[in-house]
Amino acid sequence: MTRPRTLYEKIWDAHVVEQRPDGTALIFIDRHLVHEVTSPQAFAGLRASGRIVRRPDLTLAVPDHNLPTTARRDASGHRLPIADAESAAQLAALEKNAPEFGIRYIDAVAPEQGIVHVVGPEQGFSLPGTTIVCGDSHTACHGGIGALAFGIGTSEVEHVLATQTLLLQPSKAMEVRVEGEVGPGVSAKDIILHITGTIGAAGGTGHVIEYTGSAIRSLSIEGRLTISNMAIEGGARAGLIAPDETTFEYLKGRPYAPKGADWDAAVAYWKSLTTDPGATYDKVVVIDAADIAPSVTWGTSPEDVVPITGVVPDPASFADPSKQVAAAKSLAYMGLEPGTRMQDVPVENIFIGSCTNSRIEDMRAAAAVIKGRKKAANVKWAIVVPGSGLVKAQAEAEGLDRIFTDAGLEWREPGCSACLAMNPDKVPAGERCASTSNRNFVGRQGPGSRTHLVSPAMAAAAAVTGRLTDVRELIA
Amino acid sequence: MTPLNEVDGRAIPLGLKNIDTDVIIPAHWLKTTSREGMGKGAFEGLRADPANLFDNPPYQGAPILIAGDNFGCGSSREHAAWALGDLGIRVVIAPSYSDIFSGNAVKNGILPVVLPQAAIDRLMEVAATDPVHIDLENQTVTTMFQDRFTFDIDPFRKMCLLEGLDEISLTEKSDAAIGDYEQKLDAERPWMRPAA
Ligand code: SF4
Repeated sequence: MTRPRTLYEKIWDAHVVEQRPDGTALIFIDRHLVHEVTSPQAFAGLRASGRIVRRPDLTLAVPDHNLPTTARRDASGHRLPIADAESAAQLAALEKNAPEFGIRYIDAVAPEQGIVHVVGPEQGFSLPGTTIVCGDSHTACHGGIGALAFGIGTSEVEHVLATQTLLLQPSKAMEVRVEGEVGPGVSAKDIILHITGTIGAAGGTGHVIEYTGSAIRSLSIEGRLTISNMAIEGGARAGLIAPDETTFEYLKGRPYAPKGADWDAAVAYWKSLTTDPGATYDKVVVIDAADIAPSVTWGTSPEDVVPITGVVPDPASFADPSKQVAAAKSLAYMGLEPGTRMQDVPVENIFIGSCTNSRIEDMRAAAAVIKGRKKAANVKWAIVVPGSGLVKAQAEAEGLDRIFTDAGLEWREPGCSACLAMNPDKVPAGERCASTSNRNFVGRQGPGSRTHLVSPAMAAAAAVTGRLTDVRELIA
Repeated sequence: MTPLNEVDGRAIPLGLKNIDTDVIIPAHWLKTTSREGMGKGAFEGLRADPANLFDNPPYQGAPILIAGDNFGCGSSREHAAWALGDLGIRVVIAPSYSDIFSGNAVKNGILPVVLPQAAIDRLMEVAATDPVHIDLENQTVTTMFQDRFTFDIDPFRKMCLLEGLDEISLTEKSDAAIGDYEQKLDAERPWMRPAA
């Protein structure tokens, strides 16, 4: 009998091309997602060394990071130029590189365009048990369908384009088990914020985190992608959720997913992708779902999480002296005083979007809270950015766009938007944003911007009241 | 890539924990299609303070940076390593790094040295006035005050740094093994190829 293995070990073992004596292994990469920001230098490198893309069929490119989310065509259907010269140059580089190297390309105005991590699963390009890489750290997202997916840098992008492999050191396996049922108003985002607050921003360093337990199993694929998306916020290289019927149901019939007899063979294989009984993790954290409240961040690290019913912590309350210093700095940056009730913090900006929370379920959750209500007067800027053109079309078919616009929120074109300050969607210095994205770092949403990470329903609640709000008060 | 063995020079005693890649190189510097000139954007936020360490004469062009836990956390942007390299940094010393950052550092000829906090504290003291010496071959960090700290490094990374090796050419030596894997995959799991 073979030794019991974790899900992570199974996927790893199935991808070893060559084992090296020093413990590293050459790992085959099944899917490579490419976007406009981290690829130009990689393609330039290939060109300079006269190399080609080894497996163009396994490579899919789509622009997302710095595309403006305002209209992309004028009234007569002509494509509008991008005002920012550098963004336009990066997009032009991808538009040139994709056909030159023969890779699949979804262009900026295609109906399928969207954030890479939304597009991959949506197109069935990302599959369980595959290895997936992309030059973006939130590639971990695809772990939600049971793929071993991680972010890589531009040198590695070039390496994968040229060889379809990466030389990797195996990670340790960590289990985060969330058991039980979450209360009303608590979403996948609250679960992952709570996990990040519990394990800390470096809690998963050197590990791949497998999320298990009944609270995870009962999530939709959208919710699972949200969880795995933020594995990196807990320091992990990747997140994983074992594929199951929910996963198969989600993938069936998607454009790049296997068809017919191939589908049956694939499902049979995917069913073997679970951690064996008796396999051991290097680290285990168990969380009771009942302890998770709608959550919000107060600082500039994603581990700075409190329940919405909580208060801004006193830096002196942390045991670790360097965390005390960091917390004091965070509070100065965030313009917050210890002891302030989170619900008393006013917000001027609302961002509902990003690869963490821009799928149809997120749009529905936000719309359910907004419906029949109006944006608060003190909220200056509130945008809803669907994760892909397909999410946008679906939301419009359900009338969700009207719910947002009737309430005074803006309904945008798909892209990364205000998740990172690389395109025109930015939060002004000194202002707060209730944001459904994944990072609250200093300057992440624009120089001087102050980010509070929340779920889509919580962002919608803040849009309505003009302050961080316990969504349970609005849905009761 | 420039080979790296011994580095001797001033070390910037930054010391802070959780320095993320947004701090190392803010996002607006990412909109380039080339790698050069990013040192100007390195630590832009911190350098807005006229009293910052980086532009303080003894530390200008210093080849070593000392930082706290979890250096390079956050986004996977390799620009962080390019920015450090363009600033002249060849070695970072910290108690821990984000996995992605340390990989990117090595690929760009920057050595990420891991030392315990106590050693970092001592080196921060020394760095205030005197240079620090790194010897990759012997895996040591030493000072003129008889301090001697040894560090661990993955042997492959060490070799790449010492020889200034380009990883793609190394992997191309395994071309046959990659071809065999692809054939086996097509035979055993043909459905793995994208259907469309
Ligand atoms: S939405 Fe944000 S985290 Fe996601 S891919 Fe875009 S920039 Fe990266």
